[in-house]
Amino acid sequence: MDMQIALLLGQDGITNGAIYALLALALVLVFAVTRVIFIPQGEFVTLGALTLANLQAGKTPGTIWLLLGAGAAIAVIDCTISLRTGTIRRIPRILLWSVAYPCGTALLLFLVNPAELPMLAQVVLSLMLIMPLGPMIYRLAFQPVAEASVLVLLIVSVAVHLTLVGLGLLFFGAEGSRTLAFSDATFKFGSILMSGQTVLVLASSALLIAALFWFFERTLYGKALRATAINRTGARLMGISTVMAGRLSFLLAAMIGALSGILIAPIATIYYDTGFLIGLKGFVGAIVGGLASYPVAAAGALLVGLLEAYSSFWASAFKEVLVFTLIIPVLMWRSLTTHHVEQDE
Amino acid sequence: MSPKPMPTATDGILKVRDLSVSYGKVEALHHVNIDVTVGQIVTVIGPNGAGKTTMLASIIGLLPHQTGEIMFFGETPVKIEVERMVALGMSLVPENRELFGEMSVEDNLLLGAFMRHRLGYRDERETMTHIYRIFPRLKERQKQKAATLSGGERQMLAVGRALMAKPRLLLLDEPSLGLAPLIVREIFHIIADLKKSGVSMLLVEQNACAALQVADYAYVLETGEVAMEGSAAELADDPRVIESYLGLGGDVCL
Repeated sequence: MDMQIALLLGQDGITNGAIYALLALALVLVFAVTRVIFIPQGEFVTLGALTLANLQAGKTPGTIWLLLGAGAAIAVIDCTISLRTGTIRRIPRILLWSVAYPCGTALLLFLVNPAELPMLAQVVLSLMLIMPLGPMIYRLAFQPVAEASVLVLLIVSVAVHLTLVGLGLLFFGAEGSRTLAFSDATFKFGSILMSGQTVLVLASSALLIAALFWFFERTLYGKALRATAINRTGARLMGISTVMAGRLSFLLAAMIGALSGILIAPIATIYYDTGFLIGLKGFVGAIVGGLASYPVAAAGALLVGLLEAYSSFWASAFKEVLVFTLIIPVLMWRSLTTHHVEQDE
Repeated sequence: MSPKPMPTATDGILKVRDLSVSYGKVEALHHVNIDVTVGQIVTVIGPNGAGKTTMLASIIGLLPHQTGEIMFFGETPVKIEVERMVALGMSLVPENRELFGEMSVEDNLLLGAFMRHRLGYRDERETMTHIYRIFPRLKERQKQKAATLSGGERQMLAVGRALMAKPRLLLLDEPSLGLAPLIVREIFHIIADLKKSGVSMLLVEQNACAALQVADYAYVLETGEVAMEGSAAELADDPRVIESYLGLGGDVCL
């Protein structure tokens, strides 16, 4: 392997690693706040990529049916609860988010021809379709069992994953899609050629990570999420509701997942089940950080990307095996070096 | 958004009626009635395991399984939820503080005002200046992580954080627990000062002597039931209270 190839592989690894890093951050966030190991994180990548591909092809993405269906289910459940507990004042707000918003988005899809929109508008439209699904899934699948054990939450998580993969096949079919490139530009750094797409992935990931950092360090709602992760009871006593924190973290996870999908869609063909594998690689990164540390998780995810790129050169048949085997030494190292401490006060 | 008009001095802030709580088959509280009126410090004293912490936890809604009625500022929520009670102006300083250990003192305080912020009051910075005036020690430590504070400082932070919500009723669970006598005295000074500034309090204490000194009215809770009640001065002179909680020598008071 000469320098040229090594650099090329490195570039590839870092590009994929940046996406894994985003997903790893989302997984750490969701776990810290809700204790859910969010297996369906990767499905949002699929949804992001394929929704955008559908919009560009001038088709109506099936995502809208998911949005309408989940919204209708929530409307029925929450309105029944409101009527039963005598909190009727909550109903307009429930209907606004679970019925009016999905219908409005459907109407928008019906009125405009998405294929003719500028690329940025297509991306925004995709996010509008996908992001509310995060809190909706939390409401339907996780909120009713929010106090259950991590294992129960994990099982629910697997169920949600299987459901979403099935729906993905139903909505998008078995063929893979790519989206149009965001940019045709190429950049030359010395002897390395970088495509505009790679630069875009790296820049967007860096920007998104910086934005998340700012959100958690500087804003009251970001601090409220961290507080819930650190001490649930303490947070509730401040009026930070566990439900609100859960929905907010799922909203962020959906946004991160969808954006990751949109970023890689022009450089990789995405099938209805591709997201799962991408999500799992993010998960390996998150495990390196013990599902707790954001910076270590991001670094771990970059490592996963690089390992994947170089092993695809030397032993391409074993590339997935090598990546997932990484988890064994990491787990051993972690269980030998860290002591399990009961939650201190 | 304008705050509700403040109730007049004769109004009851909190009326607890027939409150019973059980953990499985074990009943921890048995038909408890408690009243707090505006500007008062009401204390609940009693031995370990009498159900004092359980009582506070169920008043603010941390414990879901309960029967009875809790009326707070004329509202009787069907389901007592912590978030709702905090929004109505109740704050609890729990026995074990429940601080956000990995966050700075300043962030802990800021989060104390989370509900106020959500309800549209954006005065957290002014409130914080006020809290730093009450607890100058917290200002010195503002950038430090909460987990690095000493026991007394942690208690101050827990009280300061609760006050950031500008509560209409402050619930204090054993504020003197695990603190050195000098710090206990300081905390009780602060409690007396808070009363002067108009904060109503429900104070749960094992340190009966200090509690009866600052309180206006007192209840004695024994094995989940109210065994005695009366003005704090009355109870402090009651031979049964002296024998069980104050000690015969009468000089254990701080």
